[in-house]
Amino acid sequence: MKRQLPIAITFVCAFILTLQYFIPHRSFEIMYEVSNIWLQIIGIFALSMGILSIILVHYDKIKFKKENWGFSVVLLASLFGMTTVGLIDTESGPVFVWLYNNILAPISATLFALLAFFIASAAYRAFRARTVIATILLLASIIVMMGRVPIGSIISFGVFPKLADILINYPNVAAKRAIFMGVGMGAAATALKVMLGIERSYMGSD
Amino acid sequence: MGFFERLTKIDRRIVFLIIMLSVILPLLLRVDFPITVTKEVQNVYDLVDELPAGSTILLPCEYAPDTMAELEPMLFAILRHCWSKDINIIAGLFYHTGVTLVEQEILYMAEKMNAEYGKDYVFLGYRPYPAVVIMSMGQNFRQSFPTDLYGTPLDDIPMMQGIKNYANIDLVLTINATSGVDQWIIWGRERYGFPFAIGVTAVMAADYYQYLNSGQVIGIIGGLKGAAEYEDLVNYKDMATMGMSIQSFAHIVIVLFIIIGNVGYFVTRKKKGPRL
Repeated sequence: MKRQLPIAITFVCAFILTLQYFIPHRSFEIMYEVSNIWLQIIGIFALSMGILSIILVHYDKIKFKKENWGFSVVLLASLFGMTTVGLIDTESGPVFVWLYNNILAPISATLFALLAFFIASAAYRAFRARTVIATILLLASIIVMMGRVPIGSIISFGVFPKLADILINYPNVAAKRAIFMGVGMGAAATALKVMLGIERSYMGSD
Repeated sequence: MGFFERLTKIDRRIVFLIIMLSVILPLLLRVDFPITVTKEVQNVYDLVDELPAGSTILLPCEYAPDTMAELEPMLFAILRHCWSKDINIIAGLFYHTGVTLVEQEILYMAEKMNAEYGKDYVFLGYRPYPAVVIMSMGQNFRQSFPTDLYGTPLDDIPMMQGIKNYANIDLVLTINATSGVDQWIIWGRERYGFPFAIGVTAVMAADYYQYLNSGQVIGIIGGLKGAAEYEDLVNYKDMATMGMSIQSFAHIVIVLFIIIGNVGYFVTRKKKGPRL
């Protein structure tokens, strides 16, 4: 029963939701509306579970003074601090906005900005024309990099942008389509396996 | 260590320093480059430009401060274009760490353009799980958003009168730095068939050209370059245009480093002889 019931629920829900996609009848639309509301409610519970899980994991790290437990203190303080301020002050309130603008925004912007430096350093070290494939990759990246900035057009008399367009519109699209079609078929096959109860890893190991 | 070997082993701090200079100097010198408008950005502009006054655009904004350098100029240029043509904006703030940022950005532009809340624009507020929200909005916006960001029922907002779902929207234009774009295509565009355009970071743009070619996405504004093109189209040079000179020099420096590294690599390899 512990296994059959979740499989039965999964099958019924998946079957109905798949069916409604192909039947444009009012009753199926209502079913779709109800399922959307259910999905949101279940999603909120899942979110609560996630928050609870992160609190327990980090509480445990702090309690037993595990490696880097100081970061867990920062994480929990931030979590409870921002939540409390958000609940009292609302997300558009001055205190919340001040914390957001002066702590969260600079931290995330700085971290992302540092990427430019690391990308430059990594490109210099790793982009070597060692093989034919590496050379193709190297040339393609230089063409796209130069083709996507105005100076590239000036120094090449418009050639770099044209070449970059060709690379993005043909080889890139062809490869992406092939990958996405494979991913799509794989996703459909996995969904079918979950629906039919062949794939059961979502129920846990016991 | 010979000269060419040195070329392959430049200290990373020197690389960082030169990159920093390539970012700061163009900013100080204010070098301007002519912007060439690409077809994919022109498509978005034309689509917005052809909409009659009083049309409504759904503008889901899913990004946070990390990508604001690229996407904020894009948002500003689009808002400027829309409000100059009396097009209404329903702003969806669907990314948890971006709600406050996007709200502030839109309020800033609203003040500059004299746009009035509830008449020219509305904030839908934040809801988790974009895929579910996108699906439920196809039935009725009020299913996921009974109220706006400030707790006012949608039915009490003048601009929202007569707007039930995507059928009442003239264009969905998402400014996005997340996988939310895929969700908009799969769960929104494909099911409900609304006109759909995207504004994404430069690194993401290449992923969506396949949808542009198939017609599922009408236009793409890609990164700071795309934003600069849009600024050019709306005739208002702003941050993105200024950023183009910075990006141009930074790209040139990176390409030069790659070339230097490869010259050093090939010369030293020749001296050492072929690898067995």
